[in-house]
Amino acid sequence: MQQLANIFIDGVSYGMVLFVIAVGLSVTMGLMRFVNLAHGAFAMTGGYIAAWLVRDHGFGYASGVLVALLATAALGALLELVVLRRLYRRSELEQVLFTIGLSFLFVATANLLAGPQVQLLPLPPALSGSVDLGVRTLPAHRMLVLGCGIAVLLLSIHVMARSRFGVWLRATVDNTSAASALGIPVQLVYVLTFAAGAALAALGGILGAELMPLEPYYPIKYLVLVLVVVAVGGLGSIPGSFAAALVLGTVETTSKYLASEYGSLFFFAAVALLLAWRPQGLLRARG
Amino acid sequence: MSIQLRRAARALATFAATALAVSFANAQAVKVGVIGPFSGPFAHYGTLFKAGAEAYVASQGGKLAGQSIEFIWRDEGGPNPANTKTLAQELIVNDKVDYLAGFVFTPNAFAVAPLIQESKTPTVIFNAATSDITTKSEYYVRTSYTLWQVTVPIAQHAATKGIRKVVTAVTDYAPGVDAETAFKAEFSKQGGQVVESIRMPIKTTDFAPFAQRIKASGAQAAYVFLPGGPPNLGFIKAYNENGLKAAGVEFLGTAETDEFDLQKFGDAAIGLQTAFHYSAAHDSDANRNFVDALAKQNKEAVANYASVGAWDGMAVIHKMIEATAGKRDGAKAIAAAKMLAWESPRGPVKIDSATRHIVQNVYLRTVEKGPGGMLINKEVQNFGPQPDHGLVKN
Repeated sequence: MQQLANIFIDGVSYGMVLFVIAVGLSVTMGLMRFVNLAHGAFAMTGGYIAAWLVRDHGFGYASGVLVALLATAALGALLELVVLRRLYRRSELEQVLFTIGLSFLFVATANLLAGPQVQLLPLPPALSGSVDLGVRTLPAHRMLVLGCGIAVLLLSIHVMARSRFGVWLRATVDNTSAASALGIPVQLVYVLTFAAGAALAALGGILGAELMPLEPYYPIKYLVLVLVVVAVGGLGSIPGSFAAALVLGTVETTSKYLASEYGSLFFFAAVALLLAWRPQGLLRARG
Repeated sequence: MSIQLRRAARALATFAATALAVSFANAQAVKVGVIGPFSGPFAHYGTLFKAGAEAYVASQGGKLAGQSIEFIWRDEGGPNPANTKTLAQELIVNDKVDYLAGFVFTPNAFAVAPLIQESKTPTVIFNAATSDITTKSEYYVRTSYTLWQVTVPIAQHAATKGIRKVVTAVTDYAPGVDAETAFKAEFSKQGGQVVESIRMPIKTTDFAPFAQRIKASGAQAAYVFLPGGPPNLGFIKAYNENGLKAAGVEFLGTAETDEFDLQKFGDAAIGLQTAFHYSAAHDSDANRNFVDALAKQNKEAVANYASVGAWDGMAVIHKMIEATAGKRDGAKAIAAAKMLAWESPRGPVKIDSATRHIVQNVYLRTVEKGPGGMLINKEVQNFGPQPDHGLVKN
């Protein structure tokens, strides 16, 4: 019974971390139809900037994270304007090759600027302890991830369904020329969406830093994991990524508790089965 | 002679003359080929090898036994035996090295055994820690450690402390399984019981489930083996956050609190016990000498088991050069190496004449805050000189 509770609690909390890291990629890949394999690089950048500000420049945790998100969003916007915009019309293979190359560039730059060691992101005292849930303790940091994950889910659903920007985005993705003809600033929509995707990636990198330590090889190391969550969830569907992350997170955690000698076998078996059952993803992306 | 033949003959003559001149110019330097990872995720080992080896030569005044040393560095990258064999072959045949050194990964070290045996090239292993390696050729000498050598003392220590039940949690790859086997064998011999053997997949990022399993096993202590880098950080965090420290489950490790990663763990690491052969905080003049020389050679280099492995490896090469008066004589060099005993930065050491592996003190250390607020591995007990228990058993 205790083990069941453990599996549930740890599974959900691991799934939440996966969701937060993957949601940004679901946005860029699904909504913008742009194969952005440099997603992990933005996550790493956000984490590195936050770590640098909080650790070396005395920023508070909240303010450091906020500045890191804005900085990464700005970097994303800049890259989109200057470079990535030219790739929208190119084939998927070219997008893949380019963004992987970009990832390697980020890897080498991180190594050059900060060395090969893991970057520590110090947590404020409020988040460093453990919370007593009655049945067991859970690190306070995991509660924050849980909260943020749910907040991101609700906020993104609201933006997509209810806000003007959501309308613009849906129109632009459906039919760019028609949207442009109707006066929607499509270029602006693209830049802002990409910047939002980068900011979400940065949030994922920062919140996930406890589990996926920030080091130069981060973008390459966790790329497959993030792609898997997005693919299983359905490209462009944020609720889909949420569901996929929870399911896969629970499967992975269960296998760690019960049969860890098999490594990630069950995780990938689950991925294969889910994709075979629903190749378009768990929840249909809008459009 | 035809024109082509004449041209070819002239080219050959020039080449031969140049080669002779070059080889004559370099005839004096003793060549040491060092194979280590200089790129990729393990590149820090290469940096540490280079710093340790060059610091040693600098500390001896730039020459060893009156001979100048020429280092030839080659990149093994990662575990890649085929590539390493090619590199070693080129070093032995083309560059004509007198000594080979380095090797972080066991499969790479195994791969060169037939080459060094045939060419009679003394090879000093700076790191690769599997016991069997030195048995594959008479020309291996090792100045690092083996898993059995450091695991047997901690198993004995746990038994002496009265711990009856231990759970092992190791990363699921060859050295991890080796460590688990070593601990289980010795702890059972001492009358203890290993209640559960947990294998953690290499790619694990979330260690919370394993921490919970350790708690649920009812063991009084956990013997842990992790590969170094991010998994160590993840595990130690999970160990604290899931209340294992608070519940009184003791942490028993070996290389997990290595100086390269140590500062990152922060206060979470305080109190962790490990058994290992080298601590940068070892209180001796030889060690202070080493740490200073290393810092002078490369400010960024950390004094840890990798850099001291290279330092002591060069000390062995020094003695081999002395014994052979700088000439290439593999058998004589190895015979001299087998008799060596000296004061290393780790403590008094000697080379075992049967196994050619270093016999050294293994210490029990606890992580503490040292002077200046940095974390150190403070030696609290000396288990005495330990041979390679892995070979003694087999």
